[in-house]
Amino acid sequence: MKVMHKVLKKIDLAPRIKLLEIDAPKIAVKAKAGQFVIMRIDEKGERFPLTLADWDPKNGMITIVFLEVGVSTIKLGAIEAGENVRDILGPLGNPSDIKHLGSVAVVCGGVGTAAAYPIAKALKKAGNQVVSIIGAKTEELLILEDEMRSSSDELYISTDDGSKGHKGFVSEVLETLIETGYRFDLVYAIGPPLMMKATVNVTKHHSIKTIVSLNPIMVDGMGMCGACRVTVDGRTKFACLDGPEFDGNLVDFDELIKRLRAYLPEEKQAMSQLDEM
Amino acid sequence: MTDDKPTSHPKRVRKETVKMAKQKPEDRRTNFDEVALGYTEDQAISEAERCLQCPIPQCVKGCPVEIEIPEFIRLIGERKYNEAIKELKRKNSLPAICGRVCPQEEQCQKQCIMGKTGEAISIGRLERFLADWELKKPVEVPRKAPFTNKRVAVIGAGPAGLTAAAELAKLGHRVTILESLHKPGGVLVYGIPEFRLPKRIVASEVNYVKRLGVTIEKNILVGKTHTIPELLNGGFNAVFIGTGAGLPRFMRIPGENLGGIYSANEFLIRVNLMKSYKFPNFDTPIRIGKKVAVIGAGNVAMDSARSALRLGADEVSIVYRRSREEMPARVEEVENAEEEGIIMRLLTNPIRFIGDENGSVRKMECMRMQLGDPDESGRRRPIPIDGSEFIIDVDTVIIAIGRTPNPIIQKTTEGLETTKRNTVVIDESTGETSIKGVYAGGDIVTGEATVISAMGAGKRAAKAIHEYLMGKAGT
Ligand SMILES: Cc1cc2nc3c(=O)[nH]c(=O)nc-3n(C[C@H](O)[C@H](O)[C@H](O)COP(=O)(O)OP(=O)(O)OC[C@H]3O[C@@H](n4cnc5c(N)ncnc54)[C@H](O)[C@@H]3O)c2cc1C
Ligand SMILES: Cc1cc2nc3c(=O)[nH]c(=O)nc-3n(C[C@H](O)[C@H](O)[C@H](O)COP(=O)(O)OP(=O)(O)OC[C@H]3O[C@@H](n4cnc5c(N)ncnc54)[C@H](O)[C@@H]3O)c2cc1C
Ligand code: SF4
Ligand code: SF4
Ligand code: FES
Repeated sequence: MKVMHKVLKKIDLAPRIKLLEIDAPKIAVKAKAGQFVIMRIDEKGERFPLTLADWDPKNGMITIVFLEVGVSTIKLGAIEAGENVRDILGPLGNPSDIKHLGSVAVVCGGVGTAAAYPIAKALKKAGNQVVSIIGAKTEELLILEDEMRSSSDELYISTDDGSKGHKGFVSEVLETLIETGYRFDLVYAIGPPLMMKATVNVTKHHSIKTIVSLNPIMVDGMGMCGACRVTVDGRTKFACLDGPEFDGNLVDFDELIKRLRAYLPEEKQAMSQLDEM
Repeated sequence: MTDDKPTSHPKRVRKETVKMAKQKPEDRRTNFDEVALGYTEDQAISEAERCLQCPIPQCVKGCPVEIEIPEFIRLIGERKYNEAIKELKRKNSLPAICGRVCPQEEQCQKQCIMGKTGEAISIGRLERFLADWELKKPVEVPRKAPFTNKRVAVIGAGPAGLTAAAELAKLGHRVTILESLHKPGGVLVYGIPEFRLPKRIVASEVNYVKRLGVTIEKNILVGKTHTIPELLNGGFNAVFIGTGAGLPRFMRIPGENLGGIYSANEFLIRVNLMKSYKFPNFDTPIRIGKKVAVIGAGNVAMDSARSALRLGADEVSIVYRRSREEMPARVEEVENAEEEGIIMRLLTNPIRFIGDENGSVRKMECMRMQLGDPDESGRRRPIPIDGSEFIIDVDTVIIAIGRTPNPIIQKTTEGLETTKRNTVVIDESTGETSIKGVYAGGDIVTGEATVISAMGAGKRAAKAIHEYLMGKAGT
């Protein structure tokens, strides 16, 4: 049976960052904050993971937000409303453990903000005081500011170049907040590995439990390949099966960063082919 | 070709089996085309004529699905291929696959009486001959029983699930297969390479199952997209779990997460399922270095090593901690690998991987081993030799030391009894699990086994499910 997934809506959020609403009723009814899907765009496509940024069980839709970095995300970005995506599998991974804890900081960078948005929303709904810090390289790359504002009690912004909010990194904003007396029962850090690493370095200092959502290379997304293996507390874990969320204090980020670069030459080769097309 | 001229059996039988043509090693190491080319009609008849037609055929006892081997061989000898294939398919709905990948030398052919004084009848090759002959013409779909109005969900489209689904459909039930990958076939599509089992053959067997009226829904991960209780509450009268053993095992030695180190499953999924041997025409990349080491010596290791060679590696070696005698791979596949130039580093065990500044593997430290007394598996236990450490250069490592059951269903199905090894516990005679109406079979129950044993389990469970459904209907 051929079940294609129709793209219902497409929004350009920022340069190279796009939002798609896609028809996927089975996933929409099951989705929970923190989960992701594996997509394959066409017959020749690779399988790649994207976090569920939102979902609408009533209308059978899911929302994804992605940064165009390579062949698959660029191909996905070229799909217009009305066109189809070949395969979507999900919802995958363990949902976030949402509880009433008190005060929670949600720290996110880049497209990580899209992944953090449902978590912030769920935390707030569970009665937590939510303080969000969103960051990007520059103002024009900031995404989902309004959405994050409406699901947080307080929202802080930082940009690397200072074009909006604090000039610098989100982790620095968190540090300032902690130093000025904010007490957090939990911190969520979601974004590029270096950003998560920097955030964990701050919270480690203050002994605040910190959850990170890891984004290693994945193939099947259900525990069959081991491409997504990460070292947590000195032990190998499969991010798709055991994660994608882990205790940030225990994650070997340097290994993750190196593993993400494993296909650099091939990615370049694939990109140059795409350019020729 | 006439169907009415029986050939008489010669008095004196040849001791040697008819050889099957293969692609030359120097040719095949650079392509993914099938290695073994199959029998011609004359060859098949000539091999069939060697069969003694034993009144109490030992061969049948060696076949997990008890094919009437002498009968179908006799029909080949009489050129009654249509009848022969029907006989074969009564017991085995995937003969084109079994004829190629069954470990015949351990099963049917091991028992063949001809093997006592010469070479056993090449039962698998004959089976393949018939199946390939049939593939050339339009498939006949057997007549099905009238619809029963019972719905069965089959989880996983590997050999166990496909067989269970086909049997249940023939019995008149409405069957839906739920498969998590984007292509049905299980290990047959994502694991076993094209050069050993062409994917068009798997596709045509899957098509046959569809023609029986089975619906295949892809991209459904049971445990996540749906759970088993949801299936049972949502209109399915019974469930069969055939989710296989696909969770790769690692060695847990230092450096194992360096770049360039793959599980065999990742490597084979990239190559076979995602067709990365056609990269960049297909989007999924694969990194193959100059010096590839494959750890392990089973079928999975041989498939990985031979694939690596075809992808252009300069040197590929199998690194195995025991000796040749203990290798779990089929003899034929070890021979094929050696003919192609795969190096066998036996009695050798890696203890550490060493990377460069980018985190890519560059070297592997190993120890030499010697064999002690047999362990619980019955094979002699490998013991490291003190002070024997040595280093070999590698830039790709493929770890093929085994796989354990896919864990998601076990984790998400309350009340499903499992073992410490995470296999699903069943009633041996029916395949029923600890949950009423839920059955299981194949690698998910046995751990890594064979295509034919998974099929046998699918068939057995289908029979029990049928009785369960009809019995229930009667009360
Ligand atoms: C669980 C999970 C959830 C994710 N959610 C999102 C999301 O919501 N939005 C989004 O934009 N991206 C997300 N990612 C990352 C996304 O999967 C990758 O960006 C994508 O696979 C890249 O594919 P490509 O072919 O476009 O680029 P490639 O050619 O594969 O890669 C281009 C560059 O991106 C880097 N890269 C590759 N894979 C990843 C990765 N997994 N994470 C970070 N960098 C990578 C590589 O180092 C490379 O330099 C997620 C990843 C995981 C594991
Ligand atoms: C590389 C390799 C070579 C082999 N060579 C041989 C050989 O030469 N001869 C031989 O006899 N045997 C061989 N085997 C073993 C043989 O392939 C297996 O024993 C057999 O495939 C088991 O069949 P199965 O149906 O139980 O499981 P599988 O073939 O593993 O199929 C299980 C299916 O279930 C799907 N699935 C898993 N979890 C879920 C879920 N939660 N929801 C939905 N779907 C799910 C999987 O995607 C898969 O498609 C080989 C195995 C490998 C890996
Ligand atoms: S199915 Fe396998 S074991 Fe049975 S007869 Fe055929 S080749 Fe032999
Ligand atoms: S045991 Fe061998 S010779 Fe006898 S019937 Fe079987 S295949 Fe033929
Ligand atoms: S993505 Fe394959 S095991 Fe996690």
